[in-house]
Amino acid sequence: MTQPLHYLKETPSQTAGPYVHIGCTPNFTGITNVYAEDLGTSMVNDQTEGARITVKGTVYDGMGAPVKDALVEIWQADANGFYNSPSEMRGAADPNFTGWGRCPGDMETGEFTFETVKPGIVPFKDGRPMAPHITFWVVARGINIGLHTRMYFPDEEAANNADPILTRIEHQQRVPTLIAKKEGDVYRFDIHLQGDQETVFFDI
Amino acid sequence: MSNKKVETGAFYARDRAWQPPAYTPTYKTSVLRSPRKALLSLDNTVSEITGPVFGHNQIGELDNDLLLNFSETGELPVGERIIVHGRVLDERGVPVSGALIEMWQANAGGRYRHKKETYLAPLDPNFGGCGRTITDENGFYSFRTVKPGPYPWPNGVNDWRPAHIHFSVFGNGFAQRLITQMYFEGDPLIWKCPIVRSIPDEAAVKQLIAPLDMASTIPMDSLSYKFDIVLRGRRSTLFENRREGN
Ligand SMILES: [Fe+2]
Repeated sequence: MTQPLHYLKETPSQTAGPYVHIGCTPNFTGITNVYAEDLGTSMVNDQTEGARITVKGTVYDGMGAPVKDALVEIWQADANGFYNSPSEMRGAADPNFTGWGRCPGDMETGEFTFETVKPGIVPFKDGRPMAPHITFWVVARGINIGLHTRMYFPDEEAANNADPILTRIEHQQRVPTLIAKKEGDVYRFDIHLQGDQETVFFDI
Repeated sequence: MSNKKVETGAFYARDRAWQPPAYTPTYKTSVLRSPRKALLSLDNTVSEITGPVFGHNQIGELDNDLLLNFSETGELPVGERIIVHGRVLDERGVPVSGALIEMWQANAGGRYRHKKETYLAPLDPNFGGCGRTITDENGFYSFRTVKPGPYPWPNGVNDWRPAHIHFSVFGNGFAQRLITQMYFEGDPLIWKCPIVRSIPDEAAVKQLIAPLDMASTIPMDSLSYKFDIVLRGRRSTLFENRREGN
């Protein structure tokens, strides 16, 4: 006999379902008299440091149809590479930048939009720099457990080529699924749940 | 707030055999929305270890009272009055303080207040169906609502969702992010539901079924159900990031 380990089990996930907006973005679905504003709507204010960027994208299913009921959250470092979180021990993040955004897909097109800043460089566990990136988390009807991925920047080729995570991906032809496309002033990051272009998702 | 030291360790690996897989064909919508390639395993970096925090000042006084937070006239919604309460813990059993919980649900007749909702059960003019709260320093939370009704949904010809409340939970690292559903003790629809059955392990399903908690009912007022939530635990950082010679 040994001592029991006594760990608890993580609560199992269940799909966010089609009505996730009621709980997470009620104003978006017309429930406007409960919260003043939906959480995660704005990440920046007029004093936020760094280069303003717009990130847009659409989540697609295995047939290439837009997922119109998806809810997307992002989490990222500020322009200097610091996270606005108590667990950030390396330095003080920009108090005018939340680092966290939440956006439901447009009910007609499925498109999401984030107005944010370009994140700085954050170190990997061994101290090597990671290329600038934004963490994405996607839930929707039909997704049993939230999907984590990362968006990298197309104008950071050298940093991407040296990134400790991107370089570790066995099938290098899948790396472009993690790199946004520059369209004018907008970074487009489409997420493919399945199929030939299936986005690399992480078990983090 | 508390004298607890901020933790910066990586999270325990997720037990993917306990969690539902992505592809569960009896829940039809998962068929085209499930990644089919292996997930890329990634021991946490600072990007996953950190996460947003929400302050009690961001939460309104009635946000956790679904009986009162929607009605403009102060009239009450129809349905069984219940209090749902519990604790947010991590896998080590450590209470998670400051965890934001957002909840949403159908009304007592099984109808959601949503643009895309088509069930013929009526809306309740006094019920919105959303609420939120933040756990206290010991991880406790509670909210007040009506017991939601079951409802039919298009999947099989005759599938019904058991009564449930949706929960969205933030811990203190983004890797702990979780959305789930709470079910009610004794509901015969639970074990017939294809969404419930996306979870392979019966013991895991039971973790989502809240028991009636007579100790916390308010006599002549509200019944109570107790629902504890477990988020991923963190490793100690004591022996990490120490390279030879440093
Ligand atoms: Fe539901």
